[in-house]
Amino acid sequence: MPTIEDLHRGTASAVAAPTNVATPAQRRAFTPRKKKKPWKSWLLFLLFAGPNVALLIVFTYKPLLQSLYYSTLQWNLGSASAIPVGLGNYVTWFNDPGTARVVTVTLIFTVATVGGGMVIGLLFAVLLNRKLHGRGAARTVIVAPYVLSGVAVGLLWLFVFDPNFGITAALLDAIGVASPPWYNDPQWALVMVIIVYLWKNVGYVALIYLAALQSVPRDLLEAASLDGATPLRAFRNIVLPLLGPTTFFLSITTLLSSLQSFDIIQAMTKGGPLEGTTTMMYQIYQEGFQAGRAGYSSAVATILFAVLLVVTLIQMKYVEKRVHY
Amino acid sequence: MSTPTSTSRRRKPLQLGGYLGLILAIAIMILPLVWMFLAGFKERDEIYTVPIQWLPNSYDLSNYAAALAAVPFANFFLNSTITTVIGAGLKMLLGLTTAYAVVFLEFPFKKFVFGLVIFALLVPQQIVMIPNFTLVASLGWINTYQGIIVPGLASAFGTFLFRQHFLTLPISILEAAALDGASHWTRLWRFIVPISAPTIAAVALISIVSEWNEYLWPLLVVDRSDMMTLPVGLTLLQNNDGVTNWGVLMAGTVLVTVPVLIAFFALQKRIIAGLTAGGVTG
Repeated sequence: MPTIEDLHRGTASAVAAPTNVATPAQRRAFTPRKKKKPWKSWLLFLLFAGPNVALLIVFTYKPLLQSLYYSTLQWNLGSASAIPVGLGNYVTWFNDPGTARVVTVTLIFTVATVGGGMVIGLLFAVLLNRKLHGRGAARTVIVAPYVLSGVAVGLLWLFVFDPNFGITAALLDAIGVASPPWYNDPQWALVMVIIVYLWKNVGYVALIYLAALQSVPRDLLEAASLDGATPLRAFRNIVLPLLGPTTFFLSITTLLSSLQSFDIIQAMTKGGPLEGTTTMMYQIYQEGFQAGRAGYSSAVATILFAVLLVVTLIQMKYVEKRVHY
Repeated sequence: MSTPTSTSRRRKPLQLGGYLGLILAIAIMILPLVWMFLAGFKERDEIYTVPIQWLPNSYDLSNYAAALAAVPFANFFLNSTITTVIGAGLKMLLGLTTAYAVVFLEFPFKKFVFGLVIFALLVPQQIVMIPNFTLVASLGWINTYQGIIVPGLASAFGTFLFRQHFLTLPISILEAAALDGASHWTRLWRFIVPISAPTIAAVALISIVSEWNEYLWPLLVVDRSDMMTLPVGLTLLQNNDGVTNWGVLMAGTVLVTVPVLIAFFALQKRIIAGLTAGGVTG
């Protein structure tokens, strides 16, 4: 059973042959001077790692705590004065009639982009793993949108979705269906941004799954085939379990990036219509920088970060037990 | 690799289905891009037409001229290039030195420091953007390159990947470096970096792509059009008038996406290596 370490070594070996790898002890022996003057190594460590760590403290960890503090203030961005309100912003958010909608939109968007992305990505990966002519070119085309700017992708798809003059309208017209009001209906707008998000990001999922599929031992599948297993059964009983670690990894990374998505929503809908595409992340931006309610925005940010931490920890705990390592 | 003959009979219909799937996948991925390219050449009356017209009547560049005249695209391009090159360059430097320190140098709280770097991966930039915006504004960095670059400069993912790679380096290289009596700085640049070139290139390309496409932060700290980067400036074409002028907007979108597409097609092996290196490392 290949472990995630094996998988990693699989790609690393293309880069540097992992033969003769230094053991930790050898690596320690490589810096023998430390015994005499440990402070010299410490000083060097600070010189090498210090700038990066300092930047992380100033621009990640300190603001994380600041944000927690701001969330207890009634404070407008740029204003010199702020009123402490304790948990008032949190109370306001949980009691706001719009909150249920924002949470629903966030849930739908996240589940559809993460779940849909994994399913479609796996399908694409299975296709690309077959010995078909032109699969190299297909892989290139499928991954290409992933490296494009989210804003540009959002804008070009806005034209694709134009209810009168776009491709979707023409395709639906060909089968006798009128184009849905992608721009003006909150629900259709949400479907629209989900489709565009999937189009842009599915190539990444496909690529990671493809790398994992290529490391599935071929003789395992041949043995199953000789035993009379259909390709579908072999896939379900042999390949899928082997993909467990990859699915685990993708579930965390795609969840993180889905929750952070901003570019496509900003370019296509600006959270509208009727806040139908306002996710929690978009609400943080809107409250903080459009409405200027920095304290309230920080409270939403804190809630979202707490959820993110809990979900990630649960994923790690739960999956650790279930995935074959 | 050869297919076992026992299964070849079953493969015929599967093969056909495979090709149909492949063609469908390619069509879905490529049609929107083709639509964008063609729209860049279309006049208003070719865009606002039912049924839709795929091919433009002529391939003149008037939409491109209009886009370039409406907003300072040359500035956007320059700003994107400067922030990407400096941002990605410094980020690589920070990642390499931090990973070197974590793998090859001694420090009492080494595990804690590495944990600090890795945990940052879990903090989305939106969570900390208000404090960071306040800090950058108080430093007078609004509408400056340092304002765009510095807050996102720290390397967490790069450090992680470089550390993984350094742990696989052969001992002989390290011994050669130690015998040479070179300083750690020299060891990093003369021994470690050269044999790590493929990994470094892959990570660098991923950094460059993400810096180039960065949108939210530059949107917050820049409001002067001559300091905008390409993704931020592109939206000016959208906001200029009430009714979207698709031809001009698509021409602008082509200008933003084509350099990246060309780079991707030329360097796709390395870019894909970079993407999967992150992936299979877990």
